Amino acid sequence: MKLYEYLAKEFFRAAGIPVPAGRVCESADEAARVAAEVGPVAIKAQILAGARGKAGGIAFADTPDEARQAAGRLLGSELRGYRVDRLLVEEKLSIEKELYLGIAVEGSARRPVLIASAQGGMAIEEVPERAIVKKTLDITWGMQPYMARVLARRLGLEGVLARQFEDIALRLWGLFRRYDAELVEINPLAVVSAPAGAGEACAGRAAPRLVAADARLNVDDEALYRHRDLPRVEEGTDLERRVKELGLSFVQLDGDIAVMANGAGITMATLDVLARYGGRPANFLDAGGGAAAEPMAQAIGVLLETHPRVILINIFGGITRCDDVARAIVKVKSERGLPVPLVVRLVGTNEDQGAALLREHGIAAFRQMEEAAARAVAIARGGDS
Amino acid sequence: MSILVDEKTRVLVQGITGNQGAFHTRQMLDYGTRVVAGTSPGKGGQEVHGIPVYDTVEEAVARHGPTASVIFVPAPFAKDAAFEAMDAGLKLLVIITEHIPVHDAMEIMAFAAARGVTVVGPNTFGVISPGKTKLGIMPGTTYTPGPVGIAARSGTLSYEVAAALSATGLGQSTVVGMGGDRVVGLSFVDLLKMFSQDPETRAVVLVGEIGGTAEEEAAEYIKTMQKPVVAYLAGKSAPPGKRMGHAGAIIERGRGTFEGKVAALQAGGARVAALPWEVPRLVMEALGGS
Repeated sequence: MKLYEYLAKEFFRAAGIPVPAGRVCESADEAARVAAEVGPVAIKAQILAGARGKAGGIAFADTPDEARQAAGRLLGSELRGYRVDRLLVEEKLSIEKELYLGIAVEGSARRPVLIASAQGGMAIEEVPERAIVKKTLDITWGMQPYMARVLARRLGLEGVLARQFEDIALRLWGLFRRYDAELVEINPLAVVSAPAGAGEACAGRAAPRLVAADARLNVDDEALYRHRDLPRVEEGTDLERRVKELGLSFVQLDGDIAVMANGAGITMATLDVLARYGGRPANFLDAGGGAAAEPMAQAIGVLLETHPRVILINIFGGITRCDDVARAIVKVKSERGLPVPLVVRLVGTNEDQGAALLREHGIAAFRQMEEAAARAVAIARGGDS
Repeated sequence: MSILVDEKTRVLVQGITGNQGAFHTRQMLDYGTRVVAGTSPGKGGQEVHGIPVYDTVEEAVARHGPTASVIFVPAPFAKDAAFEAMDAGLKLLVIITEHIPVHDAMEIMAFAAARGVTVVGPNTFGVISPGKTKLGIMPGTTYTPGPVGIAARSGTLSYEVAAALSATGLGQSTVVGMGGDRVVGLSFVDLLKMFSQDPETRAVVLVGEIGGTAEEEAAEYIKTMQKPVVAYLAGKSAPPGKRMGHAGAIIERGRGTFEGKVAALQAGGARVAALPWEVPRLVMEALGGS
């Protein structure tokens, strides 16, 4: 689960990581009020997509009037497929230099990895490998302060900035562990030399300091059950959310062959095979391992709502039992009918019981994925039902 | 021969009284797996399909000497179960459970590394050495004994590939599901090393998918191998996956794409199949030419 920047910054602030003064706004008037309080502001669209700056989702305003106008333009607009409902309005920083600091899970190392660069900002992904420093961490021993010092030195930081960097990195590690994060990230971690804004007590001080100009906190979905205190951020289309509530993985695509399979690998392979045969998948629906009949029946119902020309169900049962799949299909057929052709491929655990049950209800099942995919494409192309 | 497990492997089932645990214990017993004991806290003294159930792994180990554990324990309790098994001295864990938090998985792997324990999974279908034993949830009838080792990231897709191999008379030495999660125990490279050492295995099939860097790392190792490797990868037409912020891109650095993985594997000397049912022909060619 990704948290919006304004939410992530609340957690960063609570953890003692310096963030700009400001707050989230849902109206242009409110944005103007924040500008009146903190002076020149940055106005940032709160969407879950990255590369927001490049998409025009960040504006600057020197006066409350300018802030009102800029906020009015952004609110309600659409950026990278997301409607902008909220803005983060915060003090505009005089940034001298942009650093990058993040902690992620490195799968190949089976460990967390601390990543930093002296060349942060929008182009971080293009920064050459040699300008990025990494330190693999041990999940149980955690981050020791020297690790942050080593990174700070490798980035060329000295004095106060090096000490602040060490402090921020340790607090970031705390957040990573505390919230079961997949990723905590500050990009840019800004070196700011101007006096702190009116919203802070130490106005007038001109020494350089580090501020988290952006904040990212992505929480592991599988660990949400033990973080009831976290706000829930919903992502995806309405349909995608409804299927997700059934505990299944679903992505809408733009074709006309609805697909349900069991397991991410075989679902992807089913899409690949359909594409290779000239078909166009309408979705990715992974019914996962061991899905019961009821959620599968509901998932098929959702597929019907997308008005495909054909539905392809491709099951190789391991922990998923073919008789459960057959029961789901029969349930849908008897309760709401099947207005579009259904192509079923069913093999694996309890396949004989599953196939027999389908036969009783007049549904034939293929044994080969190849045949089932070819059949589905033929129906979609020719309307051959 | 085979890798990881064979007919002598004595199996403990953790979470044996649950729905999945009980069902697949029956399936494993029917396949010939030597399931010697089960655990389920609070259910000690019961039996499941004639297999004695204990409250703790310690008791099961003392009485039955299992050499591997298959874990079906629900995700919130799976880390505890894995630690318990490792602390009781088990050296091979097969963690079937899915939806285990990634921080828990990292802790399990750290403890396993410290204790010298081999972990398969989590979120795996398990390990099968056809005709000998299976530790997991794969449908046993899909497999036949033979010379092909399979290492897979995806469960059902590997069933597909194994079924195609079996149908053409190409049996398998051992089939290992590495697990579909971001943090898992055994990697492609670990398994390629094991298959290289196994005299029964004459060719290795990798079943991979987009995302991560496992295939690219395997490609480097394949360059050093004597035995032929065939790969099939899913995800050519998949919707662009969830991006993990910038850090993911920095770690992967352009790796992780379908095209990148195919190119890396081919450069490493592997034959890459475009469709799952092309794998048998490529294996046949590889064996004929080696």
